[in-house]
This record gives sequence, structure tokens and C-alpha cells, in this order.
Amino acid sequence: MSKLVGFQSNPRLRISELIPWVLALVVFFVLPDYLSLGAQILTYILFALSLDLITGYAGVVTLGHAAFFGVGAYTCGILSAKLGITDPLLLLLISAIVCSLLGVSTGLIILRTQKLTQLMLTLAIAALCYEVANKATTITGGADGLTGVIIGPVFGLFKFDFLNKTAYLWCLVILFIFWYLVRRLIYSPFGITLTGIKENKQRMQAIGVPVNSYLLKAYTFSAMIAGIAGALIAQTNQFVGLNVIGFEPSGEILVMLILGGVGRIYGAFVGPLVFLVAQDFLAKQFPEYWNLGIGLMLLIVVLFAKGGVLGVFDKLTTFVRSSK
Amino acid sequence: MDSFLAAIVSVLFYGVAYGMVLYVISVGLSITMGMMGIANLAHGVFAMCGGYILVTALAKYQIPFPIALALSFLIVAFFSVFLDRLLYKHIYDAPELEQVLFSIALIFISIAIARLIFGTLQQPVMLPDYLKDQFTFLGRDFPAYRVFIIVFSAILIAALWFGVENTKWGAMVRATVDNRAMAQSIGINTKLLFSITFAVGSGLAGMGGALGAEIIAIQPTYPFEQLVFFLIVVSVGGLGSLKGPFFAALLIGVLDTACKYWIPEVGAFFIYIVTIGILLWRPLGLMGKRA
Amino acid sequence: MTLALETISLSKRFGALTVSDQIDFQLEPGARHALIGPNGAGKTTFVNLLTGRLTPSSGHVKMMGKEISSLNESQRVKMGLGRTFQINSLFNKMTVLDNVSLGISERLGISKKMWRNASAFTKLKEESLEILSLLGIADDANERVNQLPYGKQRLVEIAISLGLKPKVLLLDEPAAGVPSMESGRILQALDVLPKDIAILMIEHDMDLVFQFASKITVLVQGAVLCEGTPDEIANDPRVHQVYLGEPNE
Repeated sequence: MSKLVGFQSNPRLRISELIPWVLALVVFFVLPDYLSLGAQILTYILFALSLDLITGYAGVVTLGHAAFFGVGAYTCGILSAKLGITDPLLLLLISAIVCSLLGVSTGLIILRTQKLTQLMLTLAIAALCYEVANKATTITGGADGLTGVIIGPVFGLFKFDFLNKTAYLWCLVILFIFWYLVRRLIYSPFGITLTGIKENKQRMQAIGVPVNSYLLKAYTFSAMIAGIAGALIAQTNQFVGLNVIGFEPSGEILVMLILGGVGRIYGAFVGPLVFLVAQDFLAKQFPEYWNLGIGLMLLIVVLFAKGGVLGVFDKLTTFVRSSK
Repeated sequence: MDSFLAAIVSVLFYGVAYGMVLYVISVGLSITMGMMGIANLAHGVFAMCGGYILVTALAKYQIPFPIALALSFLIVAFFSVFLDRLLYKHIYDAPELEQVLFSIALIFISIAIARLIFGTLQQPVMLPDYLKDQFTFLGRDFPAYRVFIIVFSAILIAALWFGVENTKWGAMVRATVDNRAMAQSIGINTKLLFSITFAVGSGLAGMGGALGAEIIAIQPTYPFEQLVFFLIVVSVGGLGSLKGPFFAALLIGVLDTACKYWIPEVGAFFIYIVTIGILLWRPLGLMGKRA
Repeated sequence: MTLALETISLSKRFGALTVSDQIDFQLEPGARHALIGPNGAGKTTFVNLLTGRLTPSSGHVKMMGKEISSLNESQRVKMGLGRTFQINSLFNKMTVLDNVSLGISERLGISKKMWRNASAFTKLKEESLEILSLLGIADDANERVNQLPYGKQRLVEIAISLGLKPKVLLLDEPAAGVPSMESGRILQALDVLPKDIAILMIEHDMDLVFQFASKITVLVQGAVLCEGTPDEIANDPRVHQVYLGEPNE
């Protein structure tokens, strides 16, 4: 899909768009031992989706999106471990609200600035959140992480079991809901206007579009989704560590998105899947080579395969079609 | 009161030393980003390389300190030319996202290589005996090495500023940062100029990394961890500015040292708040140029 | 008669350099007005002052009799001020239709709708096609802008501004960069622009200026040198002098 979504694009679901969900359900029944990894992947897909919205569609490059992911995770964790709130839906809701507020306030700060300064501010905000998480040890557990996160049953009925069945399905449902919402947004006039802003911000201003106001809305929505993803990871792992906040996870999720293919929704599905599965198998065996491999892979993608995995897939299908 | 005064002097001393190192490392980033508009987040890699070169030269090869320091500049500068010709040229005109990803890729690769060659631990710096002394003043210790850092950096910076103000190279740099299209139209070979400036800037970063090896520990995660500070120095100082980052670096250096001394529980939190505050007040940095 | 656009003693200084020097300018409703002057005269700066991209050092800008000096670019657009760019500033990867629809969508308040599907708003396509037909490029509606020849892209540039239903239109060198065999198309397009829009055109192409304009203002070193009908300007010795030779008619 090298064509941008436009006013005439048909929003009807294509058959191929059902694949991820079918696959997810198949995994549930066929690979019951991998549901923990599966739930993680689903969460990171949601996180990547939020990033794709703001970076891939709206064109705001951020190196600090894990600020929202992390704050969402810690909010959920702290509410549970320190305040005894255990209902998963309520926890998601509160994390969503907190991260939306954080999104609005940080969005107001960063959207007034350009390019490098904007980039640096996203980084500084994430670093700031990391510092707080690191230093406020009584609330966050600091470097040891936040334990004692207890999650009650979903709707009071479905307990979070050791086999991660509930966690997996819970993540899947939430992902489905937000995938649907994000997809609707992208095909809406607002979504196309965001695409226009990414294409040529200057011209959009010249045609009267309140660019910063629209970007702020998108940024806040994206922050909220990232926060929900963070809360999900806290609920799945029943633990929150420093690895969910700061610059490193922000860089990682960006890498995952690029590897999958940025600006096309499903890159956010493919990227984390490939990355996390590979990491699960390879990083433990050869940690140094993992970093090296990711770096080289990223370099190759940036220089030769800008559309990521899906981009390569596109080229192949075009090639196959044209040779028929 | 005496000890409070001593504390202030001490904080200023250490802060200025740190700030000088930050500036020497970051000035290259400011100029090259201002010149070509490239988001080169991998700048910290050059500083790290310089650091590793120094510690290896001192510990493994017993090379005299001054030569080791010079090597940290020269080898990194040379290496950067190589990287520029081979890789960077592909992303000169690429959109911001690609440049960011490219630099992240370089960071990942260099971290991995550093880990493979040197292991994960912090590198000890084998200073020569003549730099290991301490001065005592107002009841506090002032290591000679920090004095050396301050003096040497000051000389380096003075030379740099003189060079940029008074040489032809400097004039071309200033013109290109100001308005690249205009500079090209008056015949400045901006690509060549950039390569030279990139080499000088990276070399300085290497030297800064080497100089500051005691202050900013040389370890594989260096580029990731320090990136935010280099970027802060450049943005707060003003992208493309030569002198702005100097003041920003001193500010950050002293502020960070003061915070670590008086309110260690807060850590770098305050630095980020101050950075955000300054940038809200002056989005282009203290001495930034209009884009 | 309320002037479509008016500047009163409009000035812009960059440090010691005065780029716009107390310009008094008037654009009548329905005008076909051209602004000419040698390179560096400050024409584009003047346009940027009119659109709000630059804030003046002193002086006022009025539109339809209303003071707009303190309004920003987007606000002036909402009041009916449109502009085109000297170098194409288009949405390159999007279709011609989408390029024009973006402006219409914002004008009609459709852009802010987040949950409804865009293709349901058929009015966007209708209006866009109308404008494209007017300019003679309706056949290229579904082409990506970066696939079109430069001359046609220049027309898309104009089409986008028309989508804003402007009352005043500022054309910054519409023929710039267009190969001479295609510039006829530009003139045709200018001919069919709605008569009620007041148009100010900046141009170097004197053929185009003399065929298009009923009134010409000459700007030299940031100040107005003289103003008049094409004949008056063509015969004014000061203008001849400024251009260091005869303007090609």
C-alpha cells in the first residue's frame, strides 16, 4: 500500500485484514504455552499502533512515546499495589485518563517547537519520566521494579490465570477495539487532514487548517492508547519495571514499527510480532549479537527497504502480479 | 558559612569542568546539525570512541597521555570521514524520521561492537602521575585533572572560536549555517565543507569523550545514556550556534553538579524541567538562529 | 467602495535592512492587478506580509475594510485570503482531487470530523471536480501530483487556493518554472478565474502581466515606484530605467 489514504479511499474491510485476528485466535488454541509472549506481543502491537498514528500518519517524530506507555504501566501498577484498585477495566480507564492529560500537557509543549528541538523535548520528557520512576522508589519500586500488582477478574468473571489465557484474550479484545477506532480515524476527514499535515505542513497552514490544534488532538489520542497499552502490560506481567519507560523502550518501539512498515496500520502488527519473537529466541542466546543484528537490520531497512517488512511484501506481490 | 562557600566553589569547579567537556563534545553536533539539518543522534558514538581510544592507549599500550589525547581526536576524525563517505551521504536529504532511525541504527551497532570488544564494564582511566595530584582549597579537594580539563578545554575552545571567526573555513561555515542555498549559489562547495566540518566536529567529540572519561564513564551504553544531554546542550544553546551551546553546557554542567550534590534524590529531573522551561521561553535556544 | 485589500504605510525591517518601505497599496474588488519589480524588490516579502506569514515592523493591513494586521495566516484564510506559492507547495504523494479537497474540507468544517468515513462526503468530490474542470485538468483528478508535468502542477497550485473560495487571491509568480510552451495554459486558467475575486499577481513574465492585468504596481527596493495601467507603465521612463532596458512586450 504505497498509496496514501485519501478522500476517495474505500474504507470497507478487505479480507486480508481479518488475517491478524484469525491468526491470534489460532495461536490461542494451538500454542497455549506461548500465551505470555503472545499477550506481550499484543500489547506492543497496541503501543506500536499508537506510535504509527502520531508518527506514521501525522508525521510527528517522537523519541519519547514510552513516556506514556510507562506512565500508563506505573499508574496501573501503583493503583493496584498501593491503593488496592484491582478491577482491570477501571485500571485501564484511569491510566487512559492520566495519560491523556499527560499527552495534552506535553503536546502543548512540544508542538510549539520544530524539528530538532521537538525531537529533543520528546526525549527529555521520556527521560524525565524515567527519572521519576527511578528515584521515587517508595511508590515505584525504583530499579527493583513494582511488585505486588494484583489484578482482579475481568468483569468480575474471568480470573487472570497462570496460563495467561485471560490476559491474552483481554489484550486481544482491547487491541481489537482500538484497532477499530484508529482505523476509523484514519479513513475519516480528520485522518486524511493529518496525512496532509505530514505531507506539507506549511501548505496546510496556508489553507487555513489549524495544524497545531489537530496535531494536539492526534497526539493526545495517541498518548492515551499508549497509556492503555502500558496498563495492559502491567496487568499481564503483574509487575512494572524500568524497562517500560524512558528513551530505550521509545527507541525500541520506533524500531519495531519501522521494521514492520510505518504509516500503514498493519506495520504495527508485523513489526512487534517479528521483533519480539526473534528477540525471544535469539536475544537470550546471543545478547550482543542481537543488538548488532537489530542495528544492521535497521540500517538496511532505512537505506534500502523503507517500507519495512510490509513494503518488501508489497514489492513482491506487485512483481508477482506484473509477471502474470 | 565557610563550608557553604567552599561547597559552592566546589560545585562550580566540578560543574564547569563537566560543562566544558559537554561543550567540546556537543559543539560539533550543533554546527553540523545547523549546517546540513541532519538529525545525527549518533554523535555520542564519536565521544565514546574517543574515550575508548584514550583508555586503551593508556592502559594497554602505555602511550603517553598527550599523544593518546591527540589520537582520540585524529582517529575519530578520520573514522568519521569514512562513515560520512560510506553511510551518512545516503541520508543527507532524507526525511527526519529516516535520519533518526539511521542514527539509532548506528547507536545499536556501536553499542554491540563496544560490548563485544571491551565488555560491559566501565573503563578505568590510567592517568599519568603528573595529573593525579590534588589541590586543597577552603578545605576541599580539587583534582589536578579537573583543572587540566578546564584549562585545556578553554584553550581548545578559544582556538575553535578564533578559527571560526577569522579563517576562511570559519566564514564558509557561518555562511552555510545561515543559509545553505545562498552559500551554494555563491560557489561554496557545501558538501566538501560539510565533510571537513563533520570531521572536525566528530574529532572534537572524540577528544571531549576522552577528556571527560573520568566524568562521563566510558561504557557501551554511553551513546544512549548521554544523548539527551548532548541534545539539550545543542537545543538550549541554539542549533547552529557556536557560542550558545557553550553557555548552555556550563549551565547544565553546574546545575547537574549542584543537584547531584544538594538534592541527589531528585537526580537529573531538575535539568529536564529547566530545559523544558528555557525552550518554552526561547524555542530556538538561547542564541539560536531563525530557521 | 470597500477595498478588497489595503495596506497603509506597511514596513518590514530586518535589523538595519528595510525590505518593505512604507507601502501604501490598494486592491479593488474584482481587480486584475499585477505587482512587478526587479529581483530583490521585496515582492514576496510583501505577499508574506499580506498573508500573515510575516509580521510587519509597522503599518496596517486591511481586508474588506477590516483590520487584519493582528490575525495569523489561518485566520486570514478563513476571512477569505488565498495565496499560491512561487515554488509549488503541494501534497505530492496525494491525488490531484485530494489536494483540492483538503482546502474545501477545511472550509466546510468537514476536516475536524474524526469518526465518519471521508468518502461519504460526496460534496468534496463534486466541488473539487468543478474547480479542476474550470482549470482544464479534471482528467488528471486521480493522478498523483508528483506524476504530473510541472505546468499542470502549477494549475493544481491554483486549484487548491480556489477551493478556499477566496475573496482575495495572491498569485506568487504563477508562471514560474513553467516551460514556455505550457505557459499558455496558465494564462487560460487566469482568464477563467471568477470575476468577483480580487487578484493580485506577482510576475516576471511580462507577456503574462500585460495580457492579464488592468492595473500594475511597480515595486523597487521595497517601495512603490509607480502605479498605473499597462500602457502607462510600459511608457514610463522610470520603469524602463529600473529594468535596464526595454521590457519585452
